[in-house]
Amino acid sequence: MAELTIRESIARGLREAIEGDDAVLLMGEDIGAYRGAYAVTRGFLDDYGPERIKDTPISESAIVGAAIGAALAGLRPIVEIMTINFLLLGIDQVVNHAAKLRYMSNGQMRVPLLIRTVTGGGAQLGATHSQSLEGWFASVPGLKVVAPSDPYDALGLFRTAVTDDNPVIFAEHALLYGVRGEVPDAHYAIPFGQAKIKRLGDDVSLIGTSRMVHVAMDAADLLARRGVEAEVIDLRTLRPLDTESAVESAKKTGRVVVIEEAWRTGGFGAEVASRIQEEAFDHLDGPVGRVGGADVPSPYAGKLEASVIPSPEKVADAVSDLFGM
Amino acid sequence: MVTEQAKRDAAHLYGQMLLIRRFEEQCERLYMDGKIRGFLHLYIGEEAVAVGALSVVRDDDYVITHYRDHGHALARGMSPKAVMAELFGKVTGASGGKGGSMHLFDVKKRFMGGHAIVGGHLPIAVGLALAVKYRGGDEVVVCFFGDGAVNQGEFHESLNLASLWNLPVLFFLENNLYGMGTHVDRAHAGGRDIFQSADSYKIPAAQVDGMDVMAVSEATAEAVKRVRSDGGPVFLEAMTYRFRGHSVADPTAYRDSAEVEVWRDRDPISLFGKFALEQGLIEEHTLDRLDTVVEEVVAEAVRFAEESADPPPEALYAHVYS
Ligand SMILES: Cc1ncc(C[n+]2csc(CCOP(=O)(O)OP(=O)(O)O)c2C)c(N)n1
Ligand SMILES: [Mg+2]
Repeated sequence: MAELTIRESIARGLREAIEGDDAVLLMGEDIGAYRGAYAVTRGFLDDYGPERIKDTPISESAIVGAAIGAALAGLRPIVEIMTINFLLLGIDQVVNHAAKLRYMSNGQMRVPLLIRTVTGGGAQLGATHSQSLEGWFASVPGLKVVAPSDPYDALGLFRTAVTDDNPVIFAEHALLYGVRGEVPDAHYAIPFGQAKIKRLGDDVSLIGTSRMVHVAMDAADLLARRGVEAEVIDLRTLRPLDTESAVESAKKTGRVVVIEEAWRTGGFGAEVASRIQEEAFDHLDGPVGRVGGADVPSPYAGKLEASVIPSPEKVADAVSDLFGM
Repeated sequence: MVTEQAKRDAAHLYGQMLLIRRFEEQCERLYMDGKIRGFLHLYIGEEAVAVGALSVVRDDDYVITHYRDHGHALARGMSPKAVMAELFGKVTGASGGKGGSMHLFDVKKRFMGGHAIVGGHLPIAVGLALAVKYRGGDEVVVCFFGDGAVNQGEFHESLNLASLWNLPVLFFLENNLYGMGTHVDRAHAGGRDIFQSADSYKIPAAQVDGMDVMAVSEATAEAVKRVRSDGGPVFLEAMTYRFRGHSVADPTAYRDSAEVEVWRDRDPISLFGKFALEQGLIEEHTLDRLDTVVEEVVAEAVRFAEESADPPPEALYAHVYS
């Protein structure tokens, strides 16, 4: 057992991948000489050299596209896109190419491409640098989308992502890199599509991913002071989505609030909420609640920005508003 | 002195161009009959480009192209039956009926598609070349695209990356003067000689007469040789023209018939047929024989497509994931 940060657990996963398979190479902006915009790949260039750790120009479309091409030719590229906001410049490659080539070629092609990117707001970086867009990608068949919340999951899911033969978007939250947690020394991996119950409770289910799991845990503490026992579910992967665990928890508690950092309108939380009400309707005491990001471009000013992102207080308030508890 | 090899090469070039021409003329008819649906973009008039270029690449070289891809697919040696069945949306099609005209693939032949987002496959070509170089191979990636793609950011990103990393890509521009109805003069600030823009990325470049199959094949042979020996990219621009509309639904109101006539006078197939006869590379009876053979191949492909089954319902969810 070692205590690692999420940053360290992902770096460990990357090192294992590079050392374990010659077909793995890393590509991205400033991952080498600069050592990574979020310092995940610190030391990699010295340890593995420029053939494996490839600094790229600022060309997101070409980076993703070149990684697709390399994957088609049998390599297993791992791309770092500095933040998910910039992945919009490569979205054509992700959605029109990576996600579709296997299907359109009737299984002749495979695209083992792992795209690591940084998601989330809360650092006062303004509207263009604070988005949580992983939910958009989760609506695309052919892609898999992962959004871990702690170091144990980050490494376990990363190991699965590295060996997956499909394009995977691995969304790392900017504010979670320093989160610490126990990580076993022995090898383990976490399959996609399995949610984790982070806290057991009978009164209400709080469901989210990534940083919203931490918000939910804090909200559960607030609720506990009022005598309300919240169950917290970390979905861990958006696609594949573990609907079953969410529904099971909903059936048990009869009350659900889905939390997401992205805009509420058309957000991924709506999908989760909809599946729950479709499958657990008869067990519910009220509508499935949703707490999401405010429908505005994220503002710079600290207090304004804080009011955009779901907080433990807002989640606890939603529980009392919806269910009178 | 005309060698037997030269005769065989000439018959091959002529036969391939004729196959593409007759195949697509048949497609056009089948489209009118409603047998082929969706978009159908014909390569008629441009046959010398794909045929000339692909006659001089190796089987282990990669070929990747844009959505006007029937010519490249057939010139690469893809089965006319599989291509026709794909256009019919049949289970025996090259992509099991799930790709369609714009998305032909034959990975065994290293024919990597068939890509219908203009400019989108250029970065993928660069990545194929990255893999070749990473493994220390000497394969070349031949990447065809149109003059429309040149104005996409991905064109510039790809040329830059290929040159920066010294990757074995032959960027092969098919300049047919139009992107749908927009003439290059109205789309590209750099003028018609687009190959010159490769200079910005220090990529050696040349222009070739795309209606002359021999010229294309010689220019390609030289370019491929250079890519293979230097490892870095080369850029070729073939000047060509599509005789039909952008797709079969296009009445071509944006160009006048005088312009079309000028280019039709340089039909690559009759041009080469005449040249080959004059040079003694081909004989009249060989032309006749090729005509008959090609007709039979096309008829056989149509028969095959007609008789093939639709994809079964369970094909719907197959191959979304590996
Ligand atoms: C990104 C994108 N924009 C627009 C289109 C629609 N479109 C399809 S083909 C085409 C023209 C392409 O022209 P060019 O690259 O010169 O190829 P050509 O048709 O002349 O062979 C356009 C605009 C598309 N498929 N993709
Ligand atoms: Mg064109």
